[in-house]
Amino acid sequence: MRASKIFGAGALLLSLTLFAAACGDDSGSSSATTAGGAASSGGGGEAGAAKCSGLAIGFFGALTGDSANLGVNIEQGAELAVDQFNKANPDCQVAVKKFDSQGSPDQAPQLAKQAIDDKSVVGIVGPAFSGESKVADPLFNEAGLGLITPSATNPGLADNGWKVFHRALGNDASQGPGAATYIDTTLKAQKVFVIDDASEYGKGLADQVSNQLGSKVVGTDTIDPTATDFSATVTKVKDASPDAVFFGGYYAAAGLLSKQLRDAGVTATLVFGDGVLDPGYIEAAGDAAEGAIITCPCAPVDKIAGGADFQKAYNDQFKADAGTYSAEAYDAANFFLAGIASGAQDRESLNTYISTQSYVGITKTLKFDEKGEVSDVAIYASTVKDGKIVSVGLIQ
Amino acid sequence: MLATSFVHPDWGLLHDQFWALTVGGLTAGSIYALVALGYTMVYGVLRLINFANSEIFMIGTFGALFATKWLGIAPGADAIHTGFYLVLIMGVCLIVAMAFSGTAAVALERVAYRPLRKRGATRLAALISAIGASLAIQEFVAFRRGRNFEAFPRVANRDVLFTFFGAEIRTDQVFVIVGALVMMVLLDQFVNRTRLGRGIRAVAQDSETATLMGVNIDRVVMLTFLLGGIMAGSAGLLFVFFFEVTKYNIGFIIGIKAFTAAVLGGIGNLRGALLGGLVLGLIENYGSALWGTQWKDPIAFLVLVLVLMVRPTGLLGEALGKARA
Amino acid sequence: MNTLADLRGKVSGKIPQYNVRDAGARWWAGLPRWARVVLIAAVIGFFFVLPSLTIPLIDTPTPWASVLFSPIALYVLAALGLNIVVGYAGLLDLGYVAFYAIGAYTIAVLTSAHGSLSFWVALPFAVAAAMFAGLLLGTPTLRLRGDYLAIVTLGFGEIIRITANNIEWLGGPRGITNIPRPSDIGPLHFEGLNAKPYYYVGLTFIMLVILMVRAFERSRVGRAWTAIREDEDAAELMGVPTFKFKLWAFAMGAGIGGLSGALFASYQTVITPNNFTLQFSILFLAAVVLGGAGNIPGVILGAVLVAYLPERFRGLGGQRVFWYGVALVAMMVFRPQGIWPSRRRAAELADPEAGEVLAAVTEADVERIEEELEDVSLPAHELEGHHDG
Repeated sequence: MRASKIFGAGALLLSLTLFAAACGDDSGSSSATTAGGAASSGGGGEAGAAKCSGLAIGFFGALTGDSANLGVNIEQGAELAVDQFNKANPDCQVAVKKFDSQGSPDQAPQLAKQAIDDKSVVGIVGPAFSGESKVADPLFNEAGLGLITPSATNPGLADNGWKVFHRALGNDASQGPGAATYIDTTLKAQKVFVIDDASEYGKGLADQVSNQLGSKVVGTDTIDPTATDFSATVTKVKDASPDAVFFGGYYAAAGLLSKQLRDAGVTATLVFGDGVLDPGYIEAAGDAAEGAIITCPCAPVDKIAGGADFQKAYNDQFKADAGTYSAEAYDAANFFLAGIASGAQDRESLNTYISTQSYVGITKTLKFDEKGEVSDVAIYASTVKDGKIVSVGLIQ
Repeated sequence: MLATSFVHPDWGLLHDQFWALTVGGLTAGSIYALVALGYTMVYGVLRLINFANSEIFMIGTFGALFATKWLGIAPGADAIHTGFYLVLIMGVCLIVAMAFSGTAAVALERVAYRPLRKRGATRLAALISAIGASLAIQEFVAFRRGRNFEAFPRVANRDVLFTFFGAEIRTDQVFVIVGALVMMVLLDQFVNRTRLGRGIRAVAQDSETATLMGVNIDRVVMLTFLLGGIMAGSAGLLFVFFFEVTKYNIGFIIGIKAFTAAVLGGIGNLRGALLGGLVLGLIENYGSALWGTQWKDPIAFLVLVLVLMVRPTGLLGEALGKARA
Repeated sequence: MNTLADLRGKVSGKIPQYNVRDAGARWWAGLPRWARVVLIAAVIGFFFVLPSLTIPLIDTPTPWASVLFSPIALYVLAALGLNIVVGYAGLLDLGYVAFYAIGAYTIAVLTSAHGSLSFWVALPFAVAAAMFAGLLLGTPTLRLRGDYLAIVTLGFGEIIRITANNIEWLGGPRGITNIPRPSDIGPLHFEGLNAKPYYYVGLTFIMLVILMVRAFERSRVGRAWTAIREDEDAAELMGVPTFKFKLWAFAMGAGIGGLSGALFASYQTVITPNNFTLQFSILFLAAVVLGGAGNIPGVILGAVLVAYLPERFRGLGGQRVFWYGVALVAMMVFRPQGIWPSRRRAAELADPEAGEVLAAVTEADVERIEEELEDVSLPAHELEGHHDG
């Protein structure tokens, strides 16, 4: 009788092992794709002339888990660039290796080591989030593996002296002031209430906005993004009766907050940062999303030169629209590929290439300063109209 | 910003918005209270912390959501109804939510707890089993429905019902508070006035004697879980009605707060669960107003510790076994 | 329970027999001392060599040596600490990550954010801070009944995390970065890409902790913990100062947790409040219970599994947590005493009454009684009935 119980437990462990072994090599940690199918080459290098072998660009970010939307957008943008390059350069086939962090900074160090140990990976597009960047980038720096992040906007990342760090878009130190400028000059708000979600990103952005708006800020509060009831915060906002409310955080909490603010009769304009730029915001907020303003250092694909071609190629390959930061990832990958095409085919020379050269992409010209920040910075605004996010244009 | 808010509580805000904060707190607290009932009943009868009660609640929310889909009601302006139809819709959603939760609770007991109980396993083992069940259920729902919010249609207008000393009180807030109270009273009556309820109280008080008196323990346990599940299901309906969203992990935080509320009020005590839930909701709101919402949870736990130090068995003490629950 | 025969009769039918364990224990006792020393040295040697080996079925996608340290060694250390609280003293602690966090933050603050001490100098402070926190938490709460302790400790864990998140001095949501790695000791040089030195240090601490815990287990303190765990009211009546011993257990467990956290901070070089969420408390608790609470080898095994399996099965991606939950339930349903339970626990589970009988008796007493039974001349087959079958 006892033996059968041990047997039962053993059988369970065995079945788990078998199950895992059966699924062990799919997706998840690392896989290579070289599928073709895209249209003409997107840029960089002389078409057809590059020669290389056994090289790969790594994608590092969340492909599964709560924040998967963003990661998938980026990975696909990078993949599109690589596929176009491979088509145009038959003697240089570059692979894409995916490192799925599941959006969790705890997994990031181990995953980074995996990427570092894979000698074919000569450059990383990512890490997608600021949280995981913080723990993974020191390791990439120790290994000399160059990275270009198309989406991690935390300004502090560039202050660590990492020679491999490069950022393909403006950081929150420009996005925050951008949002504040919009609130000031376009919305002409006199009283602003600033809320953050206690995360590094959200609080960082909210602080930037508060600092620039100065005395116009009539109140602040912090919410717990995992909670659903924000009535205390809503009451505070109502008490302060502001003209505009800024929230630094992500789309799920933003949606609930918007709904509860409107239900309570708050008529202020709602302003958000790029963490809210996702259809998930509309799902969570419903009608309350109408008229909200969302800023982003990312370029709206339909408004940039070359955007239409990019969108079409993306659509053809992935049967979906390009998402937030897809275009930035596309440019980042292409910069790496340009380096590879010019002969920088190991980690060190490729990192030197992207640190010193420049690349004209569809979102901007990528030229990094000694901290890894890009100088061609632009902040855009979008609004929600009839249940859809539409671009309003550049914030001056 | 943060350091100053801690040192200088915003009394002015608490004063100006006292009633608005109170109503907000009571609304959220009502939902905590209903979920707390599940924790408290199971603990009273089995001395077991049903960690997975949070997922029973979450399943109830999805039950209500599915009911709207079956009725063909989608989020949008046409979803709003009034009068008879509104009552009908809410009734259907409530029953479906309670059915989903009740069934899940009974199944949970069968699969994750009963085998342990038969074996005399430790409290600890049961807790781990509960945690495992909680994770598995969450992930299963995430797998089927994804990890983003799903919207629940607005089926009733949210008009301001009346104003109380400057605070606007809406129909939906009143509905939640009153609804929770009604469910509470019904449960209270059931436990105190019916034969089945007496069985529960008997087992809670002394299971061995109860068996000698002819009470079927297994059936009582099942009934306890069923009732807790039904309460969680009604909480689920109130939740989606009020917040208009649900997703796979909304149970988690609500569960912890509900458990805190149950302990605060006196675990094993039905009225304690109600009191604990409402008090917790109020503490959260008042604390948020005074020191900033970022301190809401630490404040709530500190209050809990203080209460327990003064009254180790919670505000109303443990009493499921006694005649007055 | 009048005669020894009664006791034997009651016990022989009820205690499940562990062939492997008893046989193993007897074989071990039969070895000459030098053989035992060599064997132990060999086992320890094996563990030191382990990171350099590549074992096909066991290997993980992430570099093996780094997995061995983080999370495996770190979790083993934490589990050993939690085992004192949960396994020995029987206290339900759902917020153990708080002590882990305090150890980590103390190191971070002293070596990076607000000081520049070296890791080795800061380490004792980290452990002391965690122990102090254990005392601080324990004093008002250990008088509460067991289940209330669960929610209070959970709350404490959350309070620590949220406070760290809310206070700029502790880094706020940004956390603390640029935590220096430990300075070289002897030939060991610490860097991010080579985890072996960290592993060796971790392994050494684990061994030290095991020795310390074993010493306590056998002493008066260990007996008091057993008495408290079995029946606190009875122990109190018997004159055991339960509160004092519970506080000891809490503080010791906290200190060990702090040690683990400190190592973690110096390895990752960046810590944020999100490294210390409720999920970790649950993970540590699962490690202890799955392995077999109250039993050192069991707890180590549990921690190794809990740390190792998610790394091994990274390929499962999104489904990992689901199977983890299922595994927890299944393990508890099929084997609630844990994979490698202490003998006492298994006996309790087989028959709660026999468990009560044994409550007043410690492991050492059981061994002594068995020896005495062998001394008394009884027909061999009656004796055999105890140990086989």
